[in-house]
Amino acid sequence: MRYLRFLLPILLVVGWEIASWIINNPFIVPSLTTVIPILMHPLSTEYTLGTGSMVENASISIQRVGLGFLVAAAVAIPLGILMGRSTLLNDFFDSTIELLRPIPPLAWVPLALAWFKIGLTSIVFIIFIGAFFPILLNTIDGVRSVKKTWLEVATTLGAKERQIMAKVVLPGAAPTIWTGLRVGFGIAWMCVVAAEWLPGISKGLGYLILYAYNFGQTNLIIAGMVVIGVIGLLIDFVFKRVERRWFSWRGLER
Amino acid sequence: MSLVLKNLSKSFAGEGKAQVEALSHIDLEVRDGEFVSVLGPSGCGKTTLLRIIAGLDHATGGTIQLDGRLIDGPCPRMAMIFQEYSLYPWRTVIDNIAFGLEMKGMEKQERREKALEFLELVGLVDFAGNYPYELSGGMRQRVAVARALAIDPQILLMDEPFGALDAQTRNMLQRELLEIWEKTRKTVLFVTHSVDEAVFLSDRVVVLTSRPGAIREVVPIDLPRPRERTGAEFASIRRYVLDHVEHSANPSKV
Repeated sequence: MRYLRFLLPILLVVGWEIASWIINNPFIVPSLTTVIPILMHPLSTEYTLGTGSMVENASISIQRVGLGFLVAAAVAIPLGILMGRSTLLNDFFDSTIELLRPIPPLAWVPLALAWFKIGLTSIVFIIFIGAFFPILLNTIDGVRSVKKTWLEVATTLGAKERQIMAKVVLPGAAPTIWTGLRVGFGIAWMCVVAAEWLPGISKGLGYLILYAYNFGQTNLIIAGMVVIGVIGLLIDFVFKRVERRWFSWRGLER
Repeated sequence: MSLVLKNLSKSFAGEGKAQVEALSHIDLEVRDGEFVSVLGPSGCGKTTLLRIIAGLDHATGGTIQLDGRLIDGPCPRMAMIFQEYSLYPWRTVIDNIAFGLEMKGMEKQERREKALEFLELVGLVDFAGNYPYELSGGMRQRVAVARALAIDPQILLMDEPFGALDAQTRNMLQRELLEIWEKTRKTVLFVTHSVDEAVFLSDRVVVLTSRPGAIREVVPIDLPRPRERTGAEFASIRRYVLDHVEHSANPSKV
């Protein structure tokens, strides 16, 4: 049943449209005929209540996520490699990480505001917190999953410690690190929407949908949500494609 | 030109304060170009012995000398071939073989040409660009042999390299190994638990007792090569070696 996957989305769209006729209140269930034009004109500023076009808001959100995500990766990957290789460092950091990890990224908002004030730094910090832990934990896991034999082969073939790191540990852990990046990006993308609800923010998809609510424009909320979902889906798709292309050996180690 | 083990011992910290003796007073001299098998029941410490010689484990007593020089740690004049999972799944066959040359800092073009020679030696030229998971178990072990030979070691240390293969492939690889041995005149130290394999391949078979592993008997195999497994002489030597192995596994039955 190749086409079965399309059935539920179609039913949802039809059901939504029927509901919009019955309820007849665009604030509760706006007709899709008022949502689609917004999506058809992503460069237009005419539907977005003067907050800039959909594309502009999306690109700002992507930039914020990208920045927080890159900082998180730049800290989490080296730390994860060190923790995965050294029991000493792992014992040193592990308890603190286990303590901080269950705190939801959004619980950091007040502290972020206290430390960094209103602005980009606070947003990037929230995203950093969201992306950091999955990247770190997967990196540690990936480094530990590097087979002992792979390391020993390198040793017997005369590899130095640095070569073992660059030519065996990193490539061996790369698929798992990549999974961490993918999961981390997903969480970062969720965080950016909420982080854009911070006071003093005036752009971004998260801001846009909250702003639309204040004006009772539910159709714009729905359009914004669709864009948020589609962008998340596309980026995840790219991560998956790269995974299949570069790391197709995973699970086939022999 | 020879490998000399003098009074080699190894004990592990066992449960509580007890020391478990894995190897006890191993004295052995392997002549240059000789094919020697180390045979024993599982748990007799034969793999530990090989790992100590390869520099992957440390002896708790005794010395190893190669051509009169003491060896303590991995030595580029010896290469080890493991039972399985030793190829790097993210590298193509040719890049796996070139790994040791790459560690030495050889240029890409040069090391690939060199690797190709050894690929030819093991008859896998057509698979240069394939990945290990695309190869059968026998092919993968051929690649592992080529990778070890590529660094031009004096001694090949082989740890049950054909143990995971089916009987037919195993016999084929044994014959190929002998051909390669005759062509390259390497010294081979071959660990196995198969009496048949040891008698078929070796100039001498070293039978180890179990717990602690000590040399019970060194059996010279004077049969001309290629050896016929079904011959009467082969069978009688096999019987003789087997008796020693069985007695060393169950000393109470002596």
